[in-house]
Amino acid sequence: MESIKDKVAIIGMGCCKFGENWDQGAEDMIIEAAYEAYEDAGIEPKDIEAAWVGTLYSGTAGVCLAEPLKLPRIPVTRVENFCATGHEAMRNAAFAVACGMYDIVLACGFEKLKDTGAGGLGIGRGVHPVLEGRRTAPGTFAFIATRYFHTYGLSPEEGKRTIAKIAVKNHHNGSLSPKAHFQREVTLEQVINAPFIAWPLGLFDCCPTTDGAAAAIITRADLAKKFRPDPVYLKGIGLAVNPMLPHFEPGFDWTGFEMNRAAASQAYEQAGIRDPRREINVASVHDCFTITEMIDYEDLGFSPKGRAKEDIDAGTFTLEGELPVNSDGGLKAFGHPIGASGIRMTYEVYKQLQGKAGPRQIENVQLGLSHTLGGPPQVACVAIFGNSLG
Amino acid sequence: MVGIRSCGAYIPYYRLSRSEMARTWAGPALPGERAVANEDEDSITMAEEAAFDCTKGIDSAEIDGLFFASTTSPYKEKQCSTLIATVLDLDPEIRTADFAHCLRAGTTALRAAMDAVKAGSAKNVVVTAADCRLGFPYSTQEQALGDGAASLLISDSDVAVDIEDCYSISDELTDVWRTDEDRFVREWEDRWVITHGYSKNVVRAATAIMNRNRLSAKDFAKAVIYGPDPRSHGALVRRLGFEQTQVQDTLFTTVGNTGAPMALMMLVAALEEAKPGDRMLLASYGDGADAFILKATEKVEKLGDRRGVKGHLASKAMLPGYGKYLSFRHLVELPPQAGLREAGSATAMWRTKNWVLSCHASKCNRCGLITYPVQRVCYGCQSKDDFKEVNLSREQGTLFTYSLDNLAAAGINPPIVQSVVSFEGGARFYCMMTDCNPEQVKVEMTLEMTLRRIHEGANFHNYFWKCRPLRGE
Repeated sequence: MESIKDKVAIIGMGCCKFGENWDQGAEDMIIEAAYEAYEDAGIEPKDIEAAWVGTLYSGTAGVCLAEPLKLPRIPVTRVENFCATGHEAMRNAAFAVACGMYDIVLACGFEKLKDTGAGGLGIGRGVHPVLEGRRTAPGTFAFIATRYFHTYGLSPEEGKRTIAKIAVKNHHNGSLSPKAHFQREVTLEQVINAPFIAWPLGLFDCCPTTDGAAAAIITRADLAKKFRPDPVYLKGIGLAVNPMLPHFEPGFDWTGFEMNRAAASQAYEQAGIRDPRREINVASVHDCFTITEMIDYEDLGFSPKGRAKEDIDAGTFTLEGELPVNSDGGLKAFGHPIGASGIRMTYEVYKQLQGKAGPRQIENVQLGLSHTLGGPPQVACVAIFGNSLG
Repeated sequence: MVGIRSCGAYIPYYRLSRSEMARTWAGPALPGERAVANEDEDSITMAEEAAFDCTKGIDSAEIDGLFFASTTSPYKEKQCSTLIATVLDLDPEIRTADFAHCLRAGTTALRAAMDAVKAGSAKNVVVTAADCRLGFPYSTQEQALGDGAASLLISDSDVAVDIEDCYSISDELTDVWRTDEDRFVREWEDRWVITHGYSKNVVRAATAIMNRNRLSAKDFAKAVIYGPDPRSHGALVRRLGFEQTQVQDTLFTTVGNTGAPMALMMLVAALEEAKPGDRMLLASYGDGADAFILKATEKVEKLGDRRGVKGHLASKAMLPGYGKYLSFRHLVELPPQAGLREAGSATAMWRTKNWVLSCHASKCNRCGLITYPVQRVCYGCQSKDDFKEVNLSREQGTLFTYSLDNLAAAGINPPIVQSVVSFEGGARFYCMMTDCNPEQVKVEMTLEMTLRRIHEGANFHNYFWKCRPLRGE
C-alpha cells in the first residue's frame, strides 16, 4: 500500500463568511468560496478538469456544484459521509490527482442549514421509523460527557467547568477570525450558567447552526510551485467508518472513539508521524460540542487517555500553548455547515502553514492537522498537511 | 375445571389529584386522585403491560389465544390483539380477537376465553383489557374516569381460581355512549342511567346466578362488582345483601373508573388477598351485565410474584398540573415540533417486527455476543447468518450513559431522558426513558423495558421500546 504523502498539493483555497446567511443561497456561498480559491491559485474556472462536492443534505448529485459555477460538462461527483463530507470531497479529489487522471481539480463543501425554520439539525435520525426516534446531536454527544465524567471521576460540576474552558478558548480564537459566525469572547461563568440543551451540555457547549461553503484547488505536488511559491502538501489522510451505531455497539465505552483513533493512525502512518503532540504545530479538530474536542485530544494522541483535563487546565491547546487547537475558533465559533466544515478547517491549517493567519498566526508552523467526526458519530477523517516536501 | 391460572394488572405511573383538576376550572372536586396514562401510553400499551404482568414465569409457547378488550382501541380498523401477541412473543398460530365498544368488554372476553377452553379448542388464553376514556373537560366524568388495565390467563389446568358458573344479560339502552365520531363519553340523565341501567342489570344478573347456585350473599368472601361511582356502587352492594367487609374496593379514589378493565382490575386486587376456598362474585356492567361465581383453589396463594394492583398502586408520581393531562391526551393544541422527523413505513415495521415489537436481539452461535437489533453479520466475529434470536423484553439492564435532552422534547413532556441500556451478554439498547423523575436518573441504575407509542408517522401508531426505572422500587 502506497502513501499519499507529498503526491498532491493545495494551491488555492476559499471560504465564505460563515453565519446565518439569510440573504444567501447555497449557490451564493459556493460562488464566494470557489472564486476566492480560483484567485488564490491564480487559475481560471476553465482550468478545472474535475470536481468533487460535499453536502449532507443541501443539494443532490454533481449538479449542485456544476450549476452555480457553470462547470462546463466536466466530471462532478457529489460525496457524503456525515460530518466528514468536506474532507471526503478533498480526499477523493486528491486520489484522482495522485493517480494522474487530472492535473487541476476542485473540491468544494457547503451546507445551507438556515432554511429549515428550526435551530439545530432536527429531532430523529436514521432510516428506520422508530430505532432512533428522537435522537438529536446534543443528546448523543451528551452521552459522552456523562460517561466520561463518570469513568474518570469528575463530578458534573468539575466536568462542566473543564469543557467550558474549551468554549472560552474557541470563542476567543473566533474573535480573531473575521469569517467566523461568532466573533465575541465569552466568560467561563457565562458558559457554565447557560441553559441546558441536553444535560450535561449547555447552550455554549454546542456549536451554532450555520450556513457556509469552502473550496480547495488541488494539483499534483510536482506542478504546485508553477502556481504559487507556498503550496501546502497533503502528508496523509485517514478515514474510518464504525461498523455499528455506537448507541447499540456492544462494549462501547462512550469515552472516545475507535474510528477517531483508526483514522488518526492511518494518517500518522502515511505522514510518518510518531509523536503527534510534539510534531503537529496546529490542529483543527471536530468540536461540534465542547466534550467532542476534549475526547479528540485523547483520540488523536495529543493527551493521554483520561487525562485531557490536565492539558486543558494547563492551557496546552490555546493559541499560546504547546499545541494550539482550533486556532480560528473551530466549529464553536464558525458553526458547522456540515459539508463545508472539513474544508473550512483545512482552510485555517492552510493559512497557518503559509503564515497568513493574521492575528491568529502561530510561529514556526510546519505540520498541521484537520479532523472531522461525523454522524451518530460513526465516521472520522484525519488529514495532515505540511508546507514543505519530505 | 376451567379457571384463572394467572393474573396481572397495570396502573400508569402518573396520578392527578382531582382537586387539582377542579382548581383549574374553579369547580367542585371529587375525592381522591385518578390514574393518567403517560403521553406515550394507550390502551394497547397498557393491555400489553398487564398481560406481561400476568404471564410472568409462563412459557409463551403454552399460550394459544389472546383476547384484547377495550372501548378505546387505538384502531377502529385493525386488530390490536395481534400486536399485543407479537409483543408477548406468542406463536403466530394462535387465535386472537378484539372485544370492543362496551364497558362489559373485559368480562365478555373472559367468558369467551372460558368457553374456548371449556370446549377444548384452546388450553391457555390470555385476556387483557385496558381503557383510556375521556370525559368532557370540566365535567365530573373527567375527574371520575381513570386509566388502567388487567389481564387474566384462562386455563384448563393449574388454576388458582375455578370459574364455577357465569350468567349474562343483554339489555339495549343508550345510557353511556360514544358515537363513531365522539371523543368524549356521553351520558343520559344519571338517575335513569343508575336505576334502569346499572343497578337493574347487575342486580338481575347477580341474583339470577346466586339463585341458580343456591347461594346467598353470606356465602361469598368477596363481592367484586363494577361501580361507576362510590355512591351507586354502595347502594347496589347493600341491595344485594353484602356487608362492607365483603365488598371489594372499586379503586375509585386511587385510580378512577377505568371502564372495560375495571371489574377485572378489582378481581386482581381481590386475588391478592384471597385464601384457598374463598368464593367470589364477579359482576360487570355495560349494555347488560355479566356475572361469575369464582372459587379460589390452594394455588391462589402462589400468585404472589407480580406487581398486580397493589404493586402498581404503590408506585406513582403526581402530575404537577392539569395542563400535563391536557397535553398527554392531546386536548389542547401545542406548538408544532419544529424539526421533528416522524417517518413511518408499514413495510419497514413489518419486516423488523421481530426486534421492533418482540424485542429480539441476535446471539451469535460462534462467539456468543448478543447484539440489538438483530444483526445478520456478527459485530464480534463477522460470522454470517449464524445466530439465534433471544428476547430482551423481560431482561433487566443498567443505565450505561444518559442525557436530559430538552431539544428532543420539543412539544412534549421535557426533558427526554436519552438512555443507553447495557444488558448482560453484551447487548446495548438506545432508547428513551419513560415514567421517571429525571432528577433521580443515575448511571448504573437498574432498568426494565416497556413498549410505548412513539409517534404517528405514516398515519398509524408506531410502537417501540423504552426503558424505565423498576416500578415500585
